[in-house]
Amino acid sequence: MSRIAALLAAIGRPVLAALAALGRVSIFAGRALGHMLRPPFYLREIAGALLNVGYFSLPVVGLTAFFTGGALALQIYSGGARFNAEAVVPQIVAIGMVRELGPVLVGLMIAARVTSSIAAEIATMKVTEQIDALVTLSTHPMKYLTAPRVFAGLVMVPVLVGIGDVIGIMGGHVVGTRSLGFNPATYLHNTVNFIEARDIVSSLVKGAAFGFIATLMGCYYGMNTGRGAAGVGRATKGAVEAAAVLILAANFLLTSIFFSI
Amino acid sequence: MIELRDVHKAFGPKRVLRGIDLTIAQGTSMVVIGGSGTGKSVLLKCILGLITPDSGAITLDGQDVARVERDAFLARFGMLFQGGALFDSLPVWQNVAFRLLRGSLKRPRAEAREIAIEKLRRVGLTADVADLYPAELSGGMQKRVGLARAIAAEAEIIFFDEPTAGLDPIMSGVINDLIREIVTEIGATAMTITHDMTSVRAIADNVAMLHDGVIQWTGPVADLDDSGDPYLDQFIHGRAEGPIEAVR
Ligand SMILES: Nc1ncnc2c1ncn2[C@@H]1O[C@H](COP(=O)(O)OP(=O)(O)OP(=O)(O)O)[C@@H](O)[C@H]1O
Ligand SMILES: [Mg+2]
Repeated sequence: MSRIAALLAAIGRPVLAALAALGRVSIFAGRALGHMLRPPFYLREIAGALLNVGYFSLPVVGLTAFFTGGALALQIYSGGARFNAEAVVPQIVAIGMVRELGPVLVGLMIAARVTSSIAAEIATMKVTEQIDALVTLSTHPMKYLTAPRVFAGLVMVPVLVGIGDVIGIMGGHVVGTRSLGFNPATYLHNTVNFIEARDIVSSLVKGAAFGFIATLMGCYYGMNTGRGAAGVGRATKGAVEAAAVLILAANFLLTSIFFSI
Repeated sequence: MIELRDVHKAFGPKRVLRGIDLTIAQGTSMVVIGGSGTGKSVLLKCILGLITPDSGAITLDGQDVARVERDAFLARFGMLFQGGALFDSLPVWQNVAFRLLRGSLKRPRAEAREIAIEKLRRVGLTADVADLYPAELSGGMQKRVGLARAIAAEAEIIFFDEPTAGLDPIMSGVINDLIREIVTEIGATAMTITHDMTSVRAIADNVAMLHDGVIQWTGPVADLDDSGDPYLDQFIHGRAEGPIEAVR
């Protein structure tokens, strides 16, 4: 009897802990959104966050998308050759980039680049009492630090995903026309004709969701850091892990919502 | 007037504050002394609401600080943190003028900058540090920038956590005079933590000594030398022998 109880406890404890964490994150997300919608708005902070999340992520997003689009074209060509379907390269590259790889890769790149920097920055502010100082200077840390960053994630990551989709398709186009012998005009024509509005909408919605997750996790782990340099390290690691896993989970969920019919 | 009644605060098993009773009258300067790690900084943070006490009451002008409107409450305070706590992403002058650049005290940038430079001058820093970043300053300079930030918005109640730690004797004298001036001329209420007995005598109207989680002794600074309290005597004369154990 006590064995069973111990077993149940062993299962129950992590489940309860996970539920509690989920609750805390949800409350944090709600507060972040609340601060995003209610004035005052710190325009300088918002502009800085938009630049950092959006503009400065362009190189890494562009390169990732380009190489992935190119590799995808090569793979589909050689894979398609097994059943004489080499001609579908433009269509599959387009659908693969727009529906899946574009949003997921951009999301993961943002998790690597933005989530980590947000978490480390806010955690350092926390351990050096800068967050306390903000409070004593009548400035709400959620409004001053979290709201601008989460807003930037929500707004800029869809833009980055859109750009990533286009560059990925271009990567496929370059490989397809330069080394696989596709006619450039036909390649583009096939791509454009094949893509549906639903593909694009799903891509951008995923971008917004992933941007929200990535920036929120950075802020959440940063604000809840432990003490000292080790605390900052753990917060950063935790934030990137959580963002990456949640992005992939959300991707599965959103894909099943958009394309299950 | 700030009043603390039977304030307790523990971190896990570590009981830091164990029943603090203290009154700071408006327009006076209270200096808190006490051994390292006795909870002086925690005490200040409890008053500001940065740390929530486990029990007890803290009131400002008769109102419970846990219940007052936070923004209006905090607008009355200035605080120098022990570690400076400067925003390292902002240049020095924007640190000092932080409150003047946003919120209810917002004013034009040029004006805020001018005020910041004036406050920097008062803590003995020249205008050319204004555009540097905190990481480019020495420890003592950072401390003084923190001090300038604490006094920039001319708050009515200002907390200084070790304002002269890490400063040379001359600069300490300048800072002591500044704090005294803010209290006597502007009529601000000051609460200062310091380990420097010269500062205590220069700044204080009243002194409170924190030991073992309670206020061991409190009284006017004039009574400091003949208090008859063995703990206080040992502390102010810096003797290794006495009722306070050297290893804590
Ligand atoms: N956030 C915290 N979590 C856990 N323990 C804490 C926390 N803040 C302070 N303490 C503990 O409370 C005690 C008092 O700390 P406090 O910073 O108030 O000391 P202090 O009197 O200001 O010392 P010093 O003169 O060295 O600055 C210390 O033992 C410290 O370890
Ligand atoms: Mg301290």
